[in-house]
Amino acid sequence: MSTPYAKLPAWADYGLIPVINLAVAFVVAGFVVMLVGENPFRAAVILVEGAFGRGQGIAFTLFYATTFIFSGLSVAVAAHCGLFNIGGEGQGYIAGLGIGIVCLAFDSVLPWWLTFPIAIVASAAMGALWALIPAYLQAKRGSHIVITTIMFNFIAASVMVYALVGFLKPPSSMAPQTRTFLEGAQLPKLNWVIELFGAKIRSAPLNICFLLALVMALLVWLLIWRTRLGYEMRTYGHSPKAARYAGISETRIIIIAMMISGALAGMMALNPTMGDQHNVALDFVSGAGFVGIAVALMGRLHPVGIVLAAILFGMLYQGGAELAFEMPAISRDMIVIIQGLVILFAGALEHMFRPYVQALFASFSPRSVGIEAAKGKGA
Amino acid sequence: MDLFNAIIQILDSTIRLSVPLLLACLAGLYSERAGVFDIGLEGKMLVGAFAGAAAASVFHSALIGLGMAILISVAFAMIHGFASITHRGNQIVSGVAINFIAAGSTIMLGQAWFSQGGRTPALAPGERFEAITWPGADALRDVPILGPIYAELISGHSILVYIAFLMVPFTWWVLFRTRFGLRLRAVGENPAAVDTAGISVAWLRYRALICTGVLTGIAGAYLSMVQNGGFVKDMTAGKGYIALAALIFAKWKPVNAMFACLLFGFLDALSIRLQGTPLPVIGKVPVQFMQALPYVLTVILLAGFIGKAIPPRAGGVPYVKER
Repeated sequence: MSTPYAKLPAWADYGLIPVINLAVAFVVAGFVVMLVGENPFRAAVILVEGAFGRGQGIAFTLFYATTFIFSGLSVAVAAHCGLFNIGGEGQGYIAGLGIGIVCLAFDSVLPWWLTFPIAIVASAAMGALWALIPAYLQAKRGSHIVITTIMFNFIAASVMVYALVGFLKPPSSMAPQTRTFLEGAQLPKLNWVIELFGAKIRSAPLNICFLLALVMALLVWLLIWRTRLGYEMRTYGHSPKAARYAGISETRIIIIAMMISGALAGMMALNPTMGDQHNVALDFVSGAGFVGIAVALMGRLHPVGIVLAAILFGMLYQGGAELAFEMPAISRDMIVIIQGLVILFAGALEHMFRPYVQALFASFSPRSVGIEAAKGKGA
Repeated sequence: MDLFNAIIQILDSTIRLSVPLLLACLAGLYSERAGVFDIGLEGKMLVGAFAGAAAASVFHSALIGLGMAILISVAFAMIHGFASITHRGNQIVSGVAINFIAAGSTIMLGQAWFSQGGRTPALAPGERFEAITWPGADALRDVPILGPIYAELISGHSILVYIAFLMVPFTWWVLFRTRFGLRLRAVGENPAAVDTAGISVAWLRYRALICTGVLTGIAGAYLSMVQNGGFVKDMTAGKGYIALAALIFAKWKPVNAMFACLLFGFLDALSIRLQGTPLPVIGKVPVQFMQALPYVLTVILLAGFIGKAIPPRAGGVPYVKER
């Protein structure tokens, strides 16, 4: 797709415009806060303090961010290949099945550092498998990936309910969840890292998955920008025609990209299950797969941006919990609104402010946007 | 006779359950036929349901509730239009955004205004749409076979149910027998041709989205003011997506849409009815299997195993005038 807009300096393109979009999203969110009769500035202060004020808050923020890094990377990998994987939620949820089976089987015999790699493979495999069918249907039968992945979210939910009220649940229990994992499937916490800086933490679920998430971010960067496969994916994403002309197999690239995307979405299930709750419960993903869409769009599909955006959303989740506590009129659903606004302004309305920014740049220095643009766009 | 009564009951709840699907499906039909994908049906239904129940309980009028539901739902459709028509944003991203904003804001505003955990107050009789008993329904109830069919299936629904089913021939007429409909379909297949004829592509698509908003608004009002008697958080529970599935299942045709929605409604009614009771031959069917069936059917259809579903050609592509 040719861009209908003139070029801006790189820092404005990757820094200024996302910040403007984000700021507008938060201003609109501020109006919502005013609508329920609270002071948006005080709300913002409580939110930031709740997220970063104490060591406890930081640990929780990073814990939430861990899940979002995985789901954001998942959306981004597919998006680089021109595919919109809206099924991260289902892929993550079904991965819980793999994790559950592995943990229940090995937690009494193996130490965590042996269970963990097996569970990583199991979760990634389940996620990839759940993405494989939509990918195959898109590549071979031309069915729209967005619709099929949405359908697979619902199918995953049904399968998981079936499994959790059936064979995964201990027979003696009524609750639709597995038994609590033993020591062999509980991941070590990372809270001591924050305590090194002198902060006190009572108990927070930040665990080793955070490091795994950072490693995956690095690997995704290597994959997309430093390997032949990544180059092919980006080519296909930019122009399927060009990719076809260059001899890239359409079927192969779609299926590989979606399976990597699904695997990343699957790995997001490790954090809440093995890292925090030590069981697989009903609805444990609770929307994290969808947050990945906002995170990926805000991070402009780059792993560094995604990690930063994930931390921002981690902050919203943790700070939002504090906010709900301080201001009863604001529930945690405020985060869902902000998430929607971020998707709207950083995603769908991405280019809304671009002409104005261009006009501004042109009025200062016509050369920075190219003379043509300065003449063409009066705004 | 028991079996007959059971069948009548299942069919009756099929009608009730398929109405919101049908309205949402027809809503999607207008926008997708005009070349605008709309993942946001779910969100628009949800805001419609909330606005309807909230306004009805505040103003003590079902009609004001319905009006408000339509108004707010159209407003959300216009946001979708602003992003995806005016600013040529990604239509799917915009629809996803609308679903999130709807899910979050309905709960939060509901909690802030009514403080009942995201619910709206239970609607009093005058604030909901009541069932309409057709003339003679009670007298004919005891007539074998035809009596129950007339009394249960045809009579005894609320006005919105009849509106929903009347919308099917109406939509067919609008799309295939009016100038607006011809243009609407053209703009979904080949917007450049419509533009060449001197008709505004953007304005046409906006009008299609207004139709979408009106219908999702009615669908939402049905959920909160007929089926439930008040708004409950996340009460659409994926119906917008099932409607989307039904739309594909129906190959973007109004009459097919009705049958697809009745089929999905029937599956839903059956799964409620069969909860825990074993079937002959197959044995006990897990409820989850029945619940997943519409989605599985859609995937199979999409895979092209039950005839091919071909979407409007310009669907999902923002229209850019040649420069």
